[in-house]
Amino acid sequence: MESFYSRYRNVLLLVALLLAQVIGLAVQVRRPAAADSKDAPQVRLIRYWVTGIVSPLEEFFLWTGHGIRGAWHGYINLRGVRSQNQLLQAEVDRLRMEQAALGEDVRQGQRLQALLNFKQQYIYQTVAAQVIGTSGTDRSRVLYIDKGSKDGLRADMPVITPDGVVGKVRDVFGHSAQVLEINDAASGLGVILQSTRLRGILRGTAEGKTEIINILPDEQIQPGEAVITSGGDQVYPRGLPVGVVERVVSDPERAPYMAVLVRPDAKLSRLEEVLVITQMGSVLPAQEESDLISSEQRAADVLAQRLPGQDTGPEQTKLGPNGKPLPGQDPNAPPPPAQPPLPLHPDRFSPPNEADTATAVGAQTAPDAAMPQPASTGKKPHRKHAPITPAATPAANAVPAQPTTPAAAPDSAAHDSTAPTQPEVQP
Amino acid sequence: MALLDHNTREEIRQHRFHPVVFLLVPFFAILLQAYLPLRHASFTLVDLPLCVTVYFAVSRRNPVSGALLGTGIGLAQDALTHFPLGIQGITKAVAGYLAASVGARIDVDNPGTRFLMMFFFTLLDSLLRYLIVRLLLNLQMEWFLGHELLRATLNALVAVIMFAFLDRLRQRE
Repeated sequence: MESFYSRYRNVLLLVALLLAQVIGLAVQVRRPAAADSKDAPQVRLIRYWVTGIVSPLEEFFLWTGHGIRGAWHGYINLRGVRSQNQLLQAEVDRLRMEQAALGEDVRQGQRLQALLNFKQQYIYQTVAAQVIGTSGTDRSRVLYIDKGSKDGLRADMPVITPDGVVGKVRDVFGHSAQVLEINDAASGLGVILQSTRLRGILRGTAEGKTEIINILPDEQIQPGEAVITSGGDQVYPRGLPVGVVERVVSDPERAPYMAVLVRPDAKLSRLEEVLVITQMGSVLPAQEESDLISSEQRAADVLAQRLPGQDTGPEQTKLGPNGKPLPGQDPNAPPPPAQPPLPLHPDRFSPPNEADTATAVGAQTAPDAAMPQPASTGKKPHRKHAPITPAATPAANAVPAQPTTPAAAPDSAAHDSTAPTQPEVQP
Repeated sequence: MALLDHNTREEIRQHRFHPVVFLLVPFFAILLQAYLPLRHASFTLVDLPLCVTVYFAVSRRNPVSGALLGTGIGLAQDALTHFPLGIQGITKAVAGYLAASVGARIDVDNPGTRFLMMFFFTLLDSLLRYLIVRLLLNLQMEWFLGHELLRATLNALVAVIMFAFLDRLRQRE
């Protein structure tokens, strides 16, 4: 026996090593769907150790690289920042107008969803994280990020970029987390094709591609169609961009169904920063609601500023003798209330202006009040149609005209010195 | 490939390394393997930990230590994936054991030998992994011969360069 052991010692040791690992594998995969299932505590402990050793050094590598790049971008490559800033400002203005235009649709959609008792998930809170590592193998498409349970992350939280969906958190450690990408063979998410409204399940393939499976051959799917999350998987909120359709191919494993190859919107092979959605809710977040309101206000201003001859910038502000703005002429003050433009030749279809209204009201109450008053009384003579001045409030052209009441007219004129002179009405 | 006769084989000494080298080189191989694909996604084709396993196994020429080193490196790699622990532990244990056995019989200091050896061990590693994943775990995994041949060639090229660098870390007798 001794000689047998000494003769085959190496082989026996190898067999023992392999056997122990095979048993370990068998213990780990007792449950079905092993690739996506949670680890046992012992296995998790080993992952925790390895990740705890590797992650800090990966973060150090990343920090060094970012430091070098930051020095380059921060101090050397500053040319063009001013023009870029102007472009971004224009972009912000454009987006504000778009958001304002879409705001009403959003509210209508919310009302309809409430009527139909739909559950729409809005993103309340996200945590930005840096990608610090990978699994190192092309068989396992997972990422490591530098945020963990101490930052509020939990398993199954969606991970996105502004471009599209990246994946979901699979395992969470103290200061890092493992993210399963959507192109891994073990991943799956509910998607919907944006124009055809076809629902399906998007899965990763062994080659690292993404495809929607179980599609009937008679479906009319065109390449280039956008794919968004459907929200049906209870992980990802509805409406997030996922990718675009590349082509439809036959699926030999699931004949006669077809598979739709999808090109992910998120650049999965070149990720640096991601957002982890840590909180979702069924009503529009307060921040988005306030953004929507401010965008609606700002959109009117931006539109008005673009109208020719309607500039109310600082140069239009009336200055006093000492070079300072007159009282009520603060250039930083918000735009004055809207005043409707007055028609040159009004007819019976023209909206009534306050002068006419006041005249009519005054005429009803005191027929003589509409008559011109003597200058000695200190009252200005009545002018039936106020002149259109270039200095009229720009917002007046953007906001729908609302006839003001006689009581409100002097008040608005007091706030807006550039508004047309309002006739005074004798009671 | 230069086979060693009985007398030459007796003259072969086990190359010795400082314990720090023996610990740090595998660790940095795992670290770089996890980090470099962030910069270049195609780096996942290269398997630095396998190169290190084979190098130390053929240098030490001890099958037991080769198998143990392969098991340790493989388990650490498994821990970074979402697969069960043990897949690469098994494949690298086999690779380490066989590499040490081969190192006792073949002149492994020749670059051509190293290239062929690494080419073979990369293919063996891929084949074992495929068999374990498909047969033992019943998980989805495809075998693309062209991909595996490309991977083996790349690994062999990297290994030739890497082995030349690691030769400098040997302790002189």
